[in-house]
Amino acid sequence: MTERVSVRHADFDLSAEVAALRAGDAGVGAVVTFVGTVRDLSGGQAVSRMELEHYPGMTEAAIESMIDAAHQRFELRAARVVHRIGVLEPGDQIVLVAVSSAHRGQAFQACEFLMDYLKTQAPFWKKEGGATGSRWVDARASDDAALERWGLRSGNAA
Amino acid sequence: MKVQVRYFASLREAFGAQQSLDMPAGSTLGALRMALAASSPRHADLLAPGRAVRCALNQRMCDEATALVDGAEVAFFPPVTGG
Repeated sequence: MTERVSVRHADFDLSAEVAALRAGDAGVGAVVTFVGTVRDLSGGQAVSRMELEHYPGMTEAAIESMIDAAHQRFELRAARVVHRIGVLEPGDQIVLVAVSSAHRGQAFQACEFLMDYLKTQAPFWKKEGGATGSRWVDARASDDAALERWGLRSGNAA
Repeated sequence: MKVQVRYFASLREAFGAQQSLDMPAGSTLGALRMALAASSPRHADLLAPGRAVRCALNQRMCDEATALVDGAEVAFFPPVTGG
């Protein structure tokens, strides 16, 4: 079985990740994936580069515990999160969440749950760069609201 | 008791990656934040009570009422923005 969490500079291959996630498990009936990518526009400003910082050790541990929580809440066969760090450009992939389950309902929900959790509880910080310089991205209250749909409080942006 | 303080993102750029300091036994993370805020005008500004600063104790998210432990690794950082 592949490791559940990878925080790294290198890009990922969606097909290879999905193949590895369900390899050897014929009980899987559904795989849901989410891929987040760098946009070239943020708050009306053009973005030409994005830098991602993390908290080595804590970031990986936080995502591991999110995956544990997803397994407790949903009937999952497996889950995998890849999150890139370092300098990225518009169009680059940033994050992958992939989950497998016997049926689609649990897989769709678990994928969204993991993304909502990750957006507000995993220690990553984005810095956007453009023609007018660079700035740290502000957290969004809407991301806290997204996690609260699952009955979990998040005071990240507040 | 001695604690190691780490900063990330905008706070790391302002204060450096880490520092260590002594705190009275029984202090909370909130008390540590106030002690750090008193250490320079820059710290006072960026760690002011109205600023959105999140913290972790020994690499777990926590709130400022949490008590410090000797030898702890404490981190202060802005709200997270991954994903």
